[in-house]
Amino acid sequence: MSVTITIPTALRQFAGGLSQFEVEAGTAGEVLNQLSTQFADLRRHLYDDKNRLRSFVNVYVNDEDIRHQSGAETPVKDGDTLMIVPSIAGGATAEADLAAELPSLSNEEIARYSRHLIMPEVGVEGQKRLKAASVLMIGTGGLGAPLGMYLAAAGVGRLGIVDFDVVEFSNLQRQIIHGTKDIGRPKIESARDRLSDINPHVEIETHETRLTSDNALRLFRHYDIIVDGTDNFPTRYLVNDACVLSGKPNVYGSIFRFEGQASVFWAPRGACYRCLYPEPPPPGLVPSCAEGGVLGVLPGIVGAIQANETIKIILGAEGILVNRLLLFDAWAMKFRELKLRKDPQCPICGDSPTITELIDYEAFCGLSPNQQAEPPQLEEITATELKRRLDCGDDIQIIDVREPHEYEIARLPGTKLIPLSHVVNRMREIDPARETVLHCKGGVRSAKAIEALKLAAFPGRLINLKGGITAWSDEIDASVPKY
Amino acid sequence: MIKLAAQQQNEIAAHGERDYPYECCGLLLGSFSEDGGGKVCSEIYPISNAREEEAKRNRFLIRPEELMRGEKYAASKSLDVVGFYHSHPDHPAVPSAYDLDHAWPVYSYIVVAVKSGRAEDLLSWEMQSDRSRFSGEEILNVS
Repeated sequence: MSVTITIPTALRQFAGGLSQFEVEAGTAGEVLNQLSTQFADLRRHLYDDKNRLRSFVNVYVNDEDIRHQSGAETPVKDGDTLMIVPSIAGGATAEADLAAELPSLSNEEIARYSRHLIMPEVGVEGQKRLKAASVLMIGTGGLGAPLGMYLAAAGVGRLGIVDFDVVEFSNLQRQIIHGTKDIGRPKIESARDRLSDINPHVEIETHETRLTSDNALRLFRHYDIIVDGTDNFPTRYLVNDACVLSGKPNVYGSIFRFEGQASVFWAPRGACYRCLYPEPPPPGLVPSCAEGGVLGVLPGIVGAIQANETIKIILGAEGILVNRLLLFDAWAMKFRELKLRKDPQCPICGDSPTITELIDYEAFCGLSPNQQAEPPQLEEITATELKRRLDCGDDIQIIDVREPHEYEIARLPGTKLIPLSHVVNRMREIDPARETVLHCKGGVRSAKAIEALKLAAFPGRLINLKGGITAWSDEIDASVPKY
Repeated sequence: MIKLAAQQQNEIAAHGERDYPYECCGLLLGSFSEDGGGKVCSEIYPISNAREEEAKRNRFLIRPEELMRGEKYAASKSLDVVGFYHSHPDHPAVPSAYDLDHAWPVYSYIVVAVKSGRAEDLLSWEMQSDRSRFSGEEILNVS
């Protein structure tokens, strides 16, 4: 492959006076290597003493910065043109600010971070950068737990945490930042205690609030990097849009059952979440972890990947997950990677954006009360009312539409198990002459079952148990375990 | 040695005063002399500093896209980029270690000190090709 590289005026005298140079190479890195091998004097102007391309040296392949592509691995083909273009730095106030910005390290910190300091890729300067950096974590759940702990341990100077939940037993299987003693405490308090214990040098800022369109931009303003550890689509789009509007990197992770995803959405440098997923899935199509389950260690792996990328962004490393979507399957133990591209039509980061401010994300994801997909004719009953009627001796049959393994965990007395996916096929097992109450874990699947039965022209009366077996446990019988 | 007319010197000083307390920056357009030693600057190309906050944070005053634009403009007038200028508000016209770390050889780096809004010293610097330090460069006044 014959590629032409254009040498900037300032460097020509180190390249035998040539303004252009032709090489055979397959990647941008190979082109630069050949150039600097042939002209040794040129090398020190392109690479620093750690053999990394100097930060102010920009390489363009056909007018596109390789940092926005695959860095040194960016492929080149016959006829491509490479340009070396400097960024020019300087300015007295800028330097003064920088000196003020990069804090010093105490002897105790030097001892604490010694495994970082002895690696040239981090070194004293990198550790100071970490100390000067600020990161906002959205959520202190499964992803936020390892993320926060590793960022604190690594010495990120200021960590903001946003959460409004309290610690429950069902969190502890994966949210290792919280402990059994923290049950019932606000997650941000429990997280703050754990993070301060790991590293008292880190300044922890807690925001006990739900992230909303009203507060997102105000919160994001005070941080360098935003890390998305949320578990729902409205917040995920909100985090993405607020990051695009404020130009900040969004370190993304998501998990479900055995599968995880990670990427860095950073609009000035590459694709955003909307370039990948322009529209959210219809409500209810993708179950949440509460409905579908999640292997406890999976968020540990994905959250640690998010911490890894966050630290690399702070250090100015190459090879971050920009324009790359990492897919992980914990059951098969396989990693795969997809290439992402910035979508010129993207409604928020494209060439002519149609979204210029934060919107109503509940409505966008079809979750607003007035847009809820719930059929209006759905008849419901509360657990308390059901109990009262059963106690009165009313003839009610109860159908449990959960899965058999859930039935193993907890069940209501006198119920018949017909999982949602079989409910239409096994319709004959339900007596249409009797009143029928359907239930599941929280009331969503049983509502779907009723909808499906009605579509299949089931003639009997169908009533949904509001809040499912969880409500029964809360209102009627605490001995029924909640899961 | 760089040849610089009083008019260009005045324009650089005026740009520094205009953008005070922020630093200003721009390109020096002209030509390299045949023998390799000197430069002639015949025109300055101010870079609009519309992003003070960002510039302060990133310290990069001239982004590669802007430089490419400047290079194209220079080429259209058969000129070369021969160097850069920037101001040091309330700070001497002397390059720092940071400047050295981020400098390119051959180019002229003109620094104008702007004290309390008034342009004072205007000095030119060129980095040694072994990257060890900046050396003062003579500015030859031409009319």
